[in-house]
Amino acid sequence: MAEKLFGKAMKRVEDPRFITGTGNYTDDMTLPGMVHAAMVRSPYAHARIKKIDTSKAQAHPGVLAVITGQEMKDAGINSIPTGWLHPGIKTPPHYAITFDKARHVGDIVAAVIAETRQIAEDAAQLVEVDYEPLPAVSLGSEALKPGAPAVHDDVPDNVCFTWSIGDKEAVDRAFASAYKTVKLKLRNNRLVPNAMEPRASLAQYHKASDEYTLWTTSQNPHIHRLLIAAFIMGIPEHKLRVIAPDVGGGFGSKIYQYPEEIIVLYAAKKLGRPVKWTARRSESFVTDSHGRDHETVAEMAVDQNGKITAVRVDTIANMGAYLTTFAPAVPTYLYGCLLAGTYTTPHIYCHVTAPFTHTTPVDAYRGAGRPEATYLLERLVDVMAHELGMDPVEFRRKNLIPPDAFPYQTPVALQYDSGNYEANLDKALEMVGYKQLRQQQEEWRKQGRYMGIGVVTYIEACGLAPSALVGSLGAQAGQWESALVRVMPTGKVEVFTGTHSHGQGHETAFAQVVADELQIPVEDVVLVHGDTGRMPYGWGSYGSRSAPTGLSAIVLATRKIIDKAKKIAAHLLEAAPEDIVHENGKFMVKGVPDKAKTFFEIALQAHLAHNYPADLEPGLEATHFYDPKNFVYPFGTHVAVVEVDPETGKVKLLRYLSVDDCGPVINPLIAEGQVHGGIAQGLGQALLEEAVYDPEGQILSGNFLEYTLPRADDLVQIEHDHTVTPCPHNPLGVKGIGEAGTIASTAAIANAVMDALRPFGIVHLDMPYTPEKVWRAIQHSRLAQAAD
Amino acid sequence: MAEKVQIKVVVNGVEHHSEVEPRLLLVHYLRETLGLTGTHVGCDTSQCGACTVHLDGQAVKSCTLFAVQADGSSITTIEGLGSVDKLHPVQEGFWEMHGLQCGFCTPGMIMAAADLLNRNPQPSEEEIRHALEGNLCRCTGYHNIVRAVQYAANKMAGKVGVAADD
Ligand code: FES
Ligand code: FES
Repeated sequence: MAEKLFGKAMKRVEDPRFITGTGNYTDDMTLPGMVHAAMVRSPYAHARIKKIDTSKAQAHPGVLAVITGQEMKDAGINSIPTGWLHPGIKTPPHYAITFDKARHVGDIVAAVIAETRQIAEDAAQLVEVDYEPLPAVSLGSEALKPGAPAVHDDVPDNVCFTWSIGDKEAVDRAFASAYKTVKLKLRNNRLVPNAMEPRASLAQYHKASDEYTLWTTSQNPHIHRLLIAAFIMGIPEHKLRVIAPDVGGGFGSKIYQYPEEIIVLYAAKKLGRPVKWTARRSESFVTDSHGRDHETVAEMAVDQNGKITAVRVDTIANMGAYLTTFAPAVPTYLYGCLLAGTYTTPHIYCHVTAPFTHTTPVDAYRGAGRPEATYLLERLVDVMAHELGMDPVEFRRKNLIPPDAFPYQTPVALQYDSGNYEANLDKALEMVGYKQLRQQQEEWRKQGRYMGIGVVTYIEACGLAPSALVGSLGAQAGQWESALVRVMPTGKVEVFTGTHSHGQGHETAFAQVVADELQIPVEDVVLVHGDTGRMPYGWGSYGSRSAPTGLSAIVLATRKIIDKAKKIAAHLLEAAPEDIVHENGKFMVKGVPDKAKTFFEIALQAHLAHNYPADLEPGLEATHFYDPKNFVYPFGTHVAVVEVDPETGKVKLLRYLSVDDCGPVINPLIAEGQVHGGIAQGLGQALLEEAVYDPEGQILSGNFLEYTLPRADDLVQIEHDHTVTPCPHNPLGVKGIGEAGTIASTAAIANAVMDALRPFGIVHLDMPYTPEKVWRAIQHSRLAQAAD
Repeated sequence: MAEKVQIKVVVNGVEHHSEVEPRLLLVHYLRETLGLTGTHVGCDTSQCGACTVHLDGQAVKSCTLFAVQADGSSITTIEGLGSVDKLHPVQEGFWEMHGLQCGFCTPGMIMAAADLLNRNPQPSEEEIRHALEGNLCRCTGYHNIVRAVQYAANKMAGKVGVAADD
């Protein structure tokens, strides 16, 4: 049959609707009788709510309801739970609408439902809230100080949890006997995910059947259904259908169960009319869960041979005001467990304190914990290399886990299944021309030009698994994935997956694989996702899990189809099932090519069941629930080349190169696109982005004027290649690629900028490297040098 | 509520007479009154470009104008630029070069790129990046958007199907 599609850079099948403006995003939908919600949000980071007077808003023409937290609580709506628990963790309630206190700017204190969005927003201004402003705290370390204002009354010290991993004593001993040590104080800047589609939710209640439908901007509709049904609203799970239609990017921010989804469901039932809410971007800034925000002390020890002997990390990870769905997992298992990186470090210890603060909740943002780990580790490596007088690449090479060491057990729980780091590094160095770059750097320095080269060898653990393991670590969810492959009588195929595509191109890449497996034209396959009413179940898309976990389930389901098809073919061809081979799109008797049935003939017979094996069920569909045996471990090398203008402090990206290893690549167009986008987001963190709070919890960069996303002219064309080290434990050997770019690029650019600034004696600056920050650091160093 | 105002606009070749509130933004007029939801809203500070349309042949951010300001003008939205059967070269370029992922920024990006090629049929990479600076994309890192525009430029110059790779 047709050419193999695995590995082909096929154009995406989802694109025609997007390039013609006919996608279907939540906010695009209009239902008969639909009304609109607007939220009344706290302007204070911390305030007691003394009284809410809704009468003026209620009386505003066109207003249908003003909903308060007390009303929802009285109606039996519970608080929103978190989905990951650590021993001793404090989980204070998080109500969709708060009724006692506001705990961050943007906390919802009331919701107005009106005939139009304009009216709802106007009336929201008329809700009179009598606030008593209270002292607030925004920085994690400040929240931990004695006497800091408590975010939750029942957590007076603000400590949500503490967590550690590794053998502290062994690490301390290694430091005590080290040849050299380095220590860095790092701030991992807080980020706002800013998917371009603002969040939106539309709820409908069907009174006759007592059923609800929620369309929402989600990466994982089943998680919402489960949380809403089982914990928050008590809706029987089968009476709630959650649909995530076209979703305009997520990057983690659309995983979580948000208050607005609860509010529109509640209002839809109360009013008997569909209710829609769409965030304004200024709301996104204060309500979409943020990312990163660590304050860390990181240390590294080496012996006299330049071998890393220990890494010690102490981190304060700001949780914000409430715990959102996966927040406790991010600065712990997704962070501390990654501190071996690609290196043979024998002793690692990581301690994390996670305080509540009066800020927007912090949760997973693209990479989730792994960019934070990679950033600090790769900064330490560069600083240590410099300390040792070694080229940072040679220092890395000395410490890389060798290819014959796999499976490799790290001292921080993970067992890496496969890898070939040095070959990947060499490929990147050769492509970028590392030696020549260093020479050029020398020459430029003589001319007073400051080029910096940043190299990062990263590892990523993704496709969280297996379920029993993640359960033992605190997950309140499974991490398997399901697939249903349904063959229609005409031989066309519907594939239902529990993962969700919100830019990743699953409709194309997964169809390519199914077409290959079934040996049918790719046009005959359609992927269905994002609707709890249609697929068996699913945990959604995040953590680069869709290909390694979701697609594995699909492949194993298609193989069940093939097995059954062989039995049907054997019956039709009067042969034994073991003699049937599936070749060239046909099911044929081995060695007898004209005794064959097409996929269509078999599909048809499976449905007619006129001439059919007596012991076989009719129909041709298969479901598979796939629970991975281990994480998958993509890795790679990224190289950033920058120039810093000492007169303006401006950092200019000159080149960016990545060599990634995500195993066999299904669709290079899509995989490279993921890498490009990830790199841009990582660059954003390194050079541009920061959610800045003042000490009282007011966000100072709450829109696109103050919070700078990377624009087209901040990037260059990215040079990219890959190596292929298959994952040994899933059917296709595939690994995730969604987060790799972000995991590596922040550190690569940071290392490049610091490399450029080395002649000024600057060892470390915190991100983002804005012109002002860089310029000040250079001035400071020049003054200091002049004074010497 | 302020008095409604009568406007006449031609959108994608179709004439519309509407009564609108003076404060109604053009983007909301297009999306909500006319149901042309291909034009998106990505921000409330005129920074993202998701709402870009052509007004009398020039790219504008439709969230920066009131519908009444468009009275008497002719507007092209993404729905009117080309159709699945007859894609505009820029639409084709975005498809061929994987210039989109989630698709949310895409209509605005395509309209901005089409406007650039109207003004400058053979832009350099730098000119493309500069021209698209008012349009944010969080997914693609702009790499393939640049290639998409190069593809379209080549296509419009008659170099059919030649992908501008670098
Ligand atoms: S919606 Fe118009 S620029 Fe963002
Ligand atoms: S494709 Fe998603 S924002 Fe551009």
